[in-house]
Amino acid sequence: MTVIRGKVWKFGDNVNTDVMAPGFAFNAPWEELKKVILHIHPKFTREAKPGDMIVAGKNWGCGSSREQAPANLKRLGMGCVVAESFGRIYFRNSVALAFPSIVCPGVPGAFDEGDEVELDLESAQVRNLTKGKELKGEALSKDMLGIIAKGGIIPALQERMGIKK
Amino acid sequence: MGMTMAEKVLARAAGRGEVKPGEYVTAKVDQVMVHEAFAAVYRIMKEAGIERVWDSSKIAILFDHSVPAPTVANAEAHKLIRQGVKKFGIESWYDMKAGICHQIMGEKGHIIPGELVLGTDSHSTTYGAFGAAGAGIGVSEMAYVLATGELWMRVPYTLKFVLKGDLPEGVVSKDIILYIAGKYTTEVAQYKAVEFKGTTAERMSIASRMTMANMGVEIGAKFAFFEADEKTLDYLLQYVREEARKRVGIFKADPDARYEQVYEVDVSRLEPQVAFPHDVGNVRPISEVGEVKVNQAFLGSCTNGRFEDLEIAAAILKGEKVHPETRLIVIPASWRIYLEALREGILETLIEAGAVVCNPGCGPCFGGHMGVLAAGERCIASSNRNFKGRIGSTEAEVYLGSPATVAASAIAGRIVDPRASRR
Repeated sequence: MTVIRGKVWKFGDNVNTDVMAPGFAFNAPWEELKKVILHIHPKFTREAKPGDMIVAGKNWGCGSSREQAPANLKRLGMGCVVAESFGRIYFRNSVALAFPSIVCPGVPGAFDEGDEVELDLESAQVRNLTKGKELKGEALSKDMLGIIAKGGIIPALQERMGIKK
Repeated sequence: MGMTMAEKVLARAAGRGEVKPGEYVTAKVDQVMVHEAFAAVYRIMKEAGIERVWDSSKIAILFDHSVPAPTVANAEAHKLIRQGVKKFGIESWYDMKAGICHQIMGEKGHIIPGELVLGTDSHSTTYGAFGAAGAGIGVSEMAYVLATGELWMRVPYTLKFVLKGDLPEGVVSKDIILYIAGKYTTEVAQYKAVEFKGTTAERMSIASRMTMANMGVEIGAKFAFFEADEKTLDYLLQYVREEARKRVGIFKADPDARYEQVYEVDVSRLEPQVAFPHDVGNVRPISEVGEVKVNQAFLGSCTNGRFEDLEIAAAILKGEKVHPETRLIVIPASWRIYLEALREGILETLIEAGAVVCNPGCGPCFGGHMGVLAAGERCIASSNRNFKGRIGSTEAEVYLGSPATVAASAIAGRIVDPRASRR
């Protein structure tokens, strides 16, 4: 059982991949780039710490196919994103990068910013440790969990091709 | 049991007689498109020790986002891509000499009805205009596809949009898809396939169908299909290679296919539509737009940079002048369109009206170059996204409309109704 725990940053509906990986900062060095990841939430850009988690509404990661969106959040050290739904390309990319996305209807109503969340990855059980609430998310498929357990789709590819890491 | 277009494509790609929505399959990919993202894909493959691609004849690579290279970083990425293309022996390689990927995939004959086409660009849903299952994926998954020719896929549920009625004068397919995004939300088709049907869809030009399929992703769709009919075949057969011609045929859903939901959209009284910042679903009819001054008007992109779009704009701008405080930027979607518009005098009309015409490519649509916005500026654009910071400054505002709305607004210096009688 994989358990992920952290402090919650809250976002609304339709947060697109452009604001997670802005086109205007494509070529910026990491120290610059990390200041504009999720720039729609200025407090997040200043205070988010490795180990924090994101709770969001509908359609998290809609828009462009840019893989930098989940890659940037992973590099910031976010534990995972729990949202009511995800943009499908973002969702695929997050599996490919072993940065879990969990679909969990009703999750925005169960969390305030700063609450402590705990997620059982395999069962998609989502707990608000601060408020003592528990929600059931949608478990990832066996194939997706397999890719995540291997560390992402590239390690899975290397294993399939018999390439030593 | 009948199948939808998505189910048919994925059943064949998975080597199965039939598939059901919600199932996971391993799909064999028929065709691949990679743009500048190939720099990242190639780096990932090199680091992973992947020495060859599964089939160099099924991969098309080109540049469209940053052409000609505006920065040294872009130039370095282009250099790396050219090396990778040589190493893998990619046959369909267009460098920066073709245009925007989604336009080029059709124009170069890479799209076949009923086939599965994956691209490193979210607007790969455009291929649905030809009855192909086009979808975007990220660069790591693309590395996996290039190495193996396969990818896991979930069979999507399908929504049917039945489009009925004659479009009023001055109203085009862009207005329909904006209307749908506004009325049914930008996630109505999340994880789902869409089929656009009905008499309006049947009568639509290929270019107009491409606009709607292109923006299918803006309502969340995995695939956004039109039926491949006689019109589709006429278009594609101009371009597909000799050996692929026999694969080009009519492709439709079975008559008894099951849809998760059917929506009827009567377009006969539709007004031009405008998406307000910063969401594609924040849509208002032109009559409710109010006073919105614009510093820039952008006509182009994979959504609306085709010949018919430039032609519509030229008809409005002929003999007129772009407002002195507004900049009009025009970018044809491909070299073919660029040349045709040149030969037909359309570019001359646009330039005489005061437009800046740039070389084919994505231009400012994704905020890269060729007319990004300063803080506090507003742009009316024929492109597909108006997210915060999409075209430059996060303090700028992007409004989306049809090519007609863009052209008329460029003259007025504010967003106006393009229908002649109301201008």
